[in-house]
Amino acid sequence: MSISELEFQAKSVEDTPAQAIEGRSQWWLTWHRLRRDKLAVAAMIVIVLIALCAILAPVFSAITGHSPTAVYPNSGLAADGSPVGPGSLFWFGTDNLGHDLFVRVMYGTQISLFVGVVTTLIGTAAGVSIGLISGYFGGWVDGILARVVDSVLAFPYIILALSLAVVFGPSLTIVIAVISFFSWAGIARVVRGQTLSLKEKEYIEAARSLGSGPWRIMFIDIFPNLMAPVLVLATLNIPAAIVFEATLDYLGLGVQPPTSSWGNILAAAQSYYQQAWWFLVFPAVALVITTVAFNLLGDGVRDAMDPRTERVLAAGRGRRKRRRNLARPTGGPSAQYPDPPRQPSPGSA
Amino acid sequence: MSETLPSAPARAGLDGADDVLVRVDNLVKYFPVKGGGLVSRTVAHVQAVDGVSLTIGRGQTIGLVGETGCGKSTLARCIAGLIPVTSGTVTFEGQNITNLPRRRMQPYRREIQMIFQDPYGSLNPRRRVGSIIGDPFAVHKTATGSERKKAVQELMERVGLNPEHYNRYPAEFSGGQRQRIGVARALALKPKLIICDEPVSALDVSIQAQVLNLLADLQQDFGLSYLFIAHDLEVVRHVSNSVIVMYLGRVAEAGPRDPVYDAPRHPYTNALLSAAPAADPDAAAARQRIILSGDVPSPINPPAGCRFHPRCPKAQERCGQEVPPLEVKAGDPATHVTSCHFPVQEGEVLARAGRTAGRPQR
Repeated sequence: MSISELEFQAKSVEDTPAQAIEGRSQWWLTWHRLRRDKLAVAAMIVIVLIALCAILAPVFSAITGHSPTAVYPNSGLAADGSPVGPGSLFWFGTDNLGHDLFVRVMYGTQISLFVGVVTTLIGTAAGVSIGLISGYFGGWVDGILARVVDSVLAFPYIILALSLAVVFGPSLTIVIAVISFFSWAGIARVVRGQTLSLKEKEYIEAARSLGSGPWRIMFIDIFPNLMAPVLVLATLNIPAAIVFEATLDYLGLGVQPPTSSWGNILAAAQSYYQQAWWFLVFPAVALVITTVAFNLLGDGVRDAMDPRTERVLAAGRGRRKRRRNLARPTGGPSAQYPDPPRQPSPGSA
Repeated sequence: MSETLPSAPARAGLDGADDVLVRVDNLVKYFPVKGGGLVSRTVAHVQAVDGVSLTIGRGQTIGLVGETGCGKSTLARCIAGLIPVTSGTVTFEGQNITNLPRRRMQPYRREIQMIFQDPYGSLNPRRRVGSIIGDPFAVHKTATGSERKKAVQELMERVGLNPEHYNRYPAEFSGGQRQRIGVARALALKPKLIICDEPVSALDVSIQAQVLNLLADLQQDFGLSYLFIAHDLEVVRHVSNSVIVMYLGRVAEAGPRDPVYDAPRHPYTNALLSAAPAADPDAAAARQRIILSGDVPSPINPPAGCRFHPRCPKAQERCGQEVPPLEVKAGDPATHVTSCHFPVQEGEVLARAGRTAGRPQR
C-alpha cells in the first residue's frame, strides 16, 4: 500500500503537468518526420496544386470563357482545320475539334483524382477487411480467400474491362469498378500476412479474455497496428489507379468524349501530335507530374512511418539508398497494373 | 489417459473451504500435433494438462508453481475460457462454464480476468492507455463517454498511475507502470477471480514488491481471489494461501502453503525448494541442493507411471508402472495431497552423493 502511494506521489511531483497530458502519437511522429523530408513536402505541395486545378476547373473555364465541351471552330482551328498552338487565347492550344485544351486538361484532373482516390478508398477498405478476415479466422476461410486473391492478381484486366464495356457500355462507373476490383488484392495479401503475426500477440489474448469479439479485435485491436503499411500502400495505389484509369480511357473503355479525361485526350492526340505537339504533351505531362508526385509522397510516407529509420534529426539523408521493400512484398502495387499508356516519346505512334 | 487419475477427494486447493468460487475437475488439455503433407493428420498430442482438479475459494490466493512447460499457463487459459478444454469441467460459482460459446461465456468473462506476464506484449502499442483500460467497459457496454473516462481515471489512481496520463501510449511507461495498467484493466469490471500468469516475473525485484503489494491491497479491498502462477517459489510463498506444484501436466503436490513449504512430500517439490535461492548465505551454504538429472521429458510422449520417475532420486520399479494417486500422506493435514508412491519423510536427505560432483565448488 504505502509503496505504491509513495511512488504515485513521487510521480506526480516529477511530472510537470504541461508535458504530462498528451502522448506523442504515431501520427505526430510520422508528420514530424515527413515534414523534414524535402521531396515529400514538394510532392505534397504539387498534389495540393493539382487538387486546386481540379477544384478550380470551372473557374478556369469562366476565366478563359471556354467550356470544356464547346468547340471553337473559328478561333480554335487554323484555316486548314488543324489545331491551334498555345497562345493567349488558348493557353494549351486546341485539339483537332477546336476544344480548349487547357480547360479540358483541368477538367481531366477532376476525373483522374476522383478515380484515383475513390478506387483507392474502395480497394483499401475491401483489401483491409478481406485481409483481416482471412488472417484472423484462418482455416478454410483463409484458404478460399487466399485463392481468390491469387486469382484476382492473375486476372487479365483488359479482358474484364473489355467484356464489361461491351455488356454495359463504357462509362466512368465501369472504370471505377474495374480499378477497384484490381486494387484490393495486393493490400489484402499484405494485411493478411501482418494479421497472422499480430493475432499471436499477448494483447490480442488480453482482448479475448475481456470478452472482445472477433470483429472488435480485428478492427479495434489489430487494425491500428496495420495503419502504417496500409497508408503506404494506399498512397502508392493512387498513382497506379490514375495511370490505370488513363489506360482504360485511352483504350476507349472508360470516360467517353466529349467528357474530357487525360486518357481520352491522349487517345485523340495520337493521330495529331506530329503536327500539334501540345495536344499530346500537356495531358501527358499532367499525368506524369501527378503520378510522380503521389509516388514520391508514398515513398516519403513509408520512410516516415518506419520507426526504424529514426530520422527525426537526420532527415533526407540517404533515403534513396535505404529504399526497402517493407511495403512492397508483391513487387510493388504498380506491379498489379499493366504498363502505363504510351508516354510522350517521339516516334511511338 | 487410461491410467488412473486422481480420485475425487484428492483435490488441490482448499477443498475444505466453505465458499468455493471455482472448481476444476479432471481438466485435460491436449494440443494436436499435425503431421506434414498436403492433408495434415493429427499424428500425436501434446499432453499439456492431464487430469488436474483444483478448487479456488473466495478471497483466496492459490499459487501454481512448476517449471517452464509444465502446463501452468495452459491450465490458466483453460480456466479463463481462452482455449477449449479437451475434457473435464470448469465450474464457476456452481455454474459449468466449460467450453461455453462466446456469447454465453460473456457474463463470466466479467468475473474472471487475467493479468499477463509480459507488460510489453500485453498492451496494444497503438492504443492509448485510457482506451486500453476502458476496453472492458466498452466491450461490456457498462459505461460510456465521460462516465467511462472517470471510471478509467479512478482505476488509474487506484493502481498508482497518474490519471493525467490517460492519453499516453504504453510505450511511454516503464515495465512496472505497464503492469499496473494491466492490473487496472483486469480490475475494471470488478471481477471475482483474477488469474495472474507470472505477473511479476518480467519485472525488477524492487518493482515486483510494489506490484505484489498492490495485488495484496486490491485483494483486501475488493475481496478478490487470485490464481497466481509463478516459477518464483518465494513469491508464491509470499502471496498464496495454498500452493499447487505441477509437473508435466499433472499435480505433483498440493496443499496449504505452510505444510507444503515446510514439509514437502513429493521429491519434485523438494528439488524445487532446494533450488530456490536463499537470502542468508549461511543457510545457503548449509542446505543440500537436489540436482535433478536430465531434462523435462516431452509432453508428447510422457513417461508411463509417475511422470517424474525418470528424474526422481527415489524412483523404483513401481514408479514406472503405476500412476501414483494424489492422496493425503501419513501425518499430513487433510488438504495436503501428494502424488507419490514413496513420499519424502521429514529429515530425509535426497541429495545423492556424486550428483553434485561435476559442479564447481563454492
